[in-house]
Parts: sequence; structure tokens; C-alpha cells
Amino acid sequence: MELVIATSIGALTAGGVYLILRLRAFPVILGLALLSYAVNVFLFASGRLAVNLPPVLNKYGDAAYSDPLPQALVLTAIVISFGMTAVLVMVALGAFVESGDDKINVTEDDSETTEAQQ
Amino acid sequence: MSHWIIAPVILPALLAPVIGFVMRHDISLARIASLTGAALVVAIATGLAIAASGGETLVYRLGDWPAPFGIVLVLDRLSALMVLLTSVLALIVLAHAVATGWDARGQHFHALFQFQIMGIAGAFLTGDVFNLFVFFEILLIASYGLMIHGGGRARLSAGLQYVVINLAGSTLFLFALGVLYAATGTLNIADLARIMSTMEPGDAALVRVAAMLLMIVFAVKAALFPVQFWLPGAYANAPAPVAALFAIMTKVGAYAIIRVHTVVFGPGAEATADIAPTWLFPAAIVTIAIGAFGVLGARRLLPMVAFSVVGSMGALLLAVSAFTPAALTAAFYYLVHSTFAAAALFLVADLVLTRRGDERLFALPPTVQNGLFASLFFAAAIGMAGMPPLSGFLGKLLVLDALREPGQIGWAWSAILIGSLLTILGFARAGSTLFWKSTAIETEDTRDQAATPLQLAPAMAALAMLAGLTIFAGPLAAQFEQTADQLLDRGGYIGAVLGAPDAEPPAAVAIEPAASEEE
Repeated sequence: MELVIATSIGALTAGGVYLILRLRAFPVILGLALLSYAVNVFLFASGRLAVNLPPVLNKYGDAAYSDPLPQALVLTAIVISFGMTAVLVMVALGAFVESGDDKINVTEDDSETTEAQQ
Repeated sequence: MSHWIIAPVILPALLAPVIGFVMRHDISLARIASLTGAALVVAIATGLAIAASGGETLVYRLGDWPAPFGIVLVLDRLSALMVLLTSVLALIVLAHAVATGWDARGQHFHALFQFQIMGIAGAFLTGDVFNLFVFFEILLIASYGLMIHGGGRARLSAGLQYVVINLAGSTLFLFALGVLYAATGTLNIADLARIMSTMEPGDAALVRVAAMLLMIVFAVKAALFPVQFWLPGAYANAPAPVAALFAIMTKVGAYAIIRVHTVVFGPGAEATADIAPTWLFPAAIVTIAIGAFGVLGARRLLPMVAFSVVGSMGALLLAVSAFTPAALTAAFYYLVHSTFAAAALFLVADLVLTRRGDERLFALPPTVQNGLFASLFFAAAIGMAGMPPLSGFLGKLLVLDALREPGQIGWAWSAILIGSLLTILGFARAGSTLFWKSTAIETEDTRDQAATPLQLAPAMAALAMLAGLTIFAGPLAAQFEQTADQLLDRGGYIGAVLGAPDAEPPAAVAIEPAASEEE
């Protein structure tokens, strides 16, 4: 199971990074979504991988349990990344409507900024 | 008294939805509510600063769950200073936005502004790295809205870039937290510090990865090389009052580096103490250079101010990278100074540019009140560049004085001194083009609206802060010295947050394997 989780996190991250580097709004949004999936699984795995263990204590015995905290962290992270993706889509849509193309790159107005930085 | 610690977070959080839902059609009502809220936060923050000035680390436990199981807010001198700085800056910026009508150029300015204050205050107060992430997200999501406030093609494209880079940063933050949790079993700052102080260097490979990842994440926020490239585009295209408020956003990153890399990974944690000084020092030097060359090379006013912010972050983090009490004292002084200096520059630039209409740096007919704007710009620019008599000079002097180690002095002194010289040159060139050469052009055009005293007051207030910092430099430096001593006192922080042993609930100790090592 460790191998499956690790390779899937790796594949999601690699795909996410590749898509972000495409510098167009739609692939970048997808790439960030993939990255957030990767990080959610990663956070989940940070509480150790276990099968069939409840994340709650049983006060009647020494039953094994899995760490509940990463699951709470993942829930928070999912909610936040969902909201952020929604904001990102709206901003990207606004930028697309205003400028007519979906490049996430320095526009001509910014070119002076970039030159100055070199 | 202790409940007041959460007030800077709660008050804007309650106010923002009310402004957003109830007052969205009535801008004057929203203005009154927003200004009242900001003034109240200043009052609360002043009270908190007085409470923290005794030197005690005050802890607020949400739901009275003891740390490290519950969520805590921690108020020490440093967080009180940062919250006070945020609230004063927010009030000044808000007054400017109201007086110049920026807040009416789009929807929901005041609601977003309150959420922004909430996120920043929370990030400074939290005693838990996961909540640091949550508050980062709150301040970021508010800043996305503020960044594109007013709309426009260039602003939306720049806003999109800003959102994307920060989302990538947030993902990296979560990866760092996952690694940290997997390696230590806790995310409470005091508990992390306790675990780190006993961790063997041989066991620390994962924690070192987490420390480095966290540093990269905070460096993105603090605009440190090599992740500073987003800042000039974002700040130059943001509405000017928002850019002035963003002067504190880079400081959130700097604060996070100061907090996490001293209390958790800093001196006293043998396994990770070498990471921050090793990487911060060269990165800060390069950041100063980028800022200075950017100021010199910028052809428009707002990017130039943005690059000077990059340069000031370099000088600030250069001081932080030494992690000595003297250097941290200098860093706190320079942090307060550079926040107000950047805000003053953005506000003055806004006053000039709304009348000038063209932000490219070439001579145009003079605007109304040319002399007044010129003197305001002059004062803000010498503050930012670090010329006497304003506090930038004293701040840089303190930083230079703190960096006297043989390995540091050559690089640090030449970076700061040459960087300041280039910044002065850049500002002198911009100022003479904007205000001086323009007077050579004859004009009959008097269409411009003269700035009312109300519109000038916020920029002057920011400059007055610089003057106050200069006049009260002695007492303030003494305060900041105590702040630095308190920050470096790991044992005091851990003791205050994790509490006396009798405060620990016995049942909870049995649950968490990480906590069973406690006395």
C-alpha cells in the first residue's frame, strides 16, 4: 500500500508541476488542483497508513486506532483548496474576459518590470 | 483580560460579513463601520501591547483545551508589536482609501479589508503552525479580492499571477506541515520547540526537509530571492492603498521566518539551527541587490516603489539571518520602519499618479500642489532609502552595527551600503523627473483636483510614524531588545504555552504518543 500511495502522490505532483509550467490559465488551474490532491493524500499519509482502524478511541478496551489529526488537517486543506480553486477560476475568467487570452505570463505592460529585474 | 487576545481576530471577522451583506449598497455606512472597526482594533492592539510589555507570554486557549491538544493563541512582545503595527497601518491605509474614493471603485472593499486584518492579526497571534497556514489562507484570499479591486486588464493579469504563485506556495506549505507532523507528531509551535531541543542531529533528516520547505514558503511571502519575482508585478498593479497594506504582507513572511526559525528550528535546536543562517544570509544579499537594481532600472513609478520594498525585505532578512539579540533588535526596528516607509511611498505615489495620469517616469506638466507632493515624496523616499534624518538611517545603522562578524561584515556592509546608494540614485532620478523637470514645462491646465487635507492626512500620518520612530528611537530600541530577548528564550515560550505540569489533563497525556515524554 505504501508503494501505491507513494507513486500516486509522486505522479500527481509531477503532473501538477508539469501543468503549472504550461503558463496557460486552464492547465495551470488543473495543475494546482492535481497538486492539492497530491498534498491531501500526502497529509493523510503523514499520520501513518493503516487499514481498518477507526480514528476514534474506544474507552472500553485497548483497541488500536489511527491518528485522527491528519484526517482533520486533510479536511481543512480540502475545504481551503476547494475555495481557492473557485477564486482562481473566477480571477482567471475575469482576466480572460478582460484581455482576450489566457496566458499567465508577464503582459506587455509588465515587460518593463521584468527587464528591470534582469 | 485574557479574552482580549482573540479580539483582533474576532472583531474584523464579525464585522466583515455585516459590512458585506448588510451594508453593501450603502458605501458611507460601510465606511463608518470599517473605520470604526479599524480604530477599535488599534485600541485593542494598544491594550495588548501594554499587556505584553510586562514580558509575560500570555496564552489564550480556545475552548480551554490545553496545548498541545487544543488550539492556542500566543501573545508575547513580538506578536503584540506586529498586531499593533498591522492595526495602525490598516487604519492609515483605510483612511486613504476612503478619502480618495478607492473603496468605491469596486465591490466589497471594506469587507475584504476587514478579512485581511483578521488574517494578518491571526497569523501574528497563532501558536500553531497549521493555524498559521489557515490564517495565511484567510489573508491571501482577502488579498486576492483586494488585489483585483477596481478591475482592469493589467491588474487582472497581475492578480492571476499573484493567485497562482500563492496557491503553489500554499501547497508547498502543506507538504512541509505533512513532513513536520510525520516526523514530530505535533504542529504546536511550543511543542515542536520542545521536541526539537532534544532531537539528535542524526534523526533530523525529515525535520530538516520540513524546515527548509517552510523557509521557502515563508520566503515566497517575504519576497526573498529566488522567489521574489512575483512582488513587483503584483504590487505595481494592485490599487495603491492595497499595495500600501501589502507592505505588512511581506512582513508576515518575515515574521513567520523569525518565529519558526528561532523558536522551533533556531539556536537551541542543534539538529536544524544551521539551516536558516546558511541560506538566509546569501539570499538576503541577492535580494538587496535585486531591489537596488530594480529601483535604478524601473521606468515606472509603482514598480520602482515595489522594488524598493524588495530591497528593504533583503535588509530586514539580512539582519534576521544573524539570529543574535542585537541583530533581531535591529530587524524589529527596521521592520516597523520599512512597513511605514513603503506604505507612505505607495500613498504619496497614489496621490501624485491620480493627478498625473501617467506613471511612466518622464516629465509632464506639473500637477497642482507640485511642491507639496514633491516634499512628501522626498520625505518618504529618504525614509525608504535610509538617509538621515528619518528612521531608515537609524534602522540601517542598527543593522550594520549588528552584523560585525568577520564572515558577515564584508558582504553585509557592502550590500546594504551600495544598495542604499543605488536606491537613493533611483529615487533622486524619479523625484527630479516627476517634480522638478516638470516645472520647466509651461502649462495653463488646471483641471486637476487639489488634494484635500483629508486625502493628504493618511500619507502624512505614515510619514509622522517614521518621524516618531526616529525621535523615540532610544526607548523603542530598548523595547525591541527585550522583544528579541524574549523571542530567543525558548524555555520561557515552551513553559508558558505548554503550562505547568499540573495543568496537563492526565487522560489526554495517555492518548498522544508524542506527549507521553512530558514530565
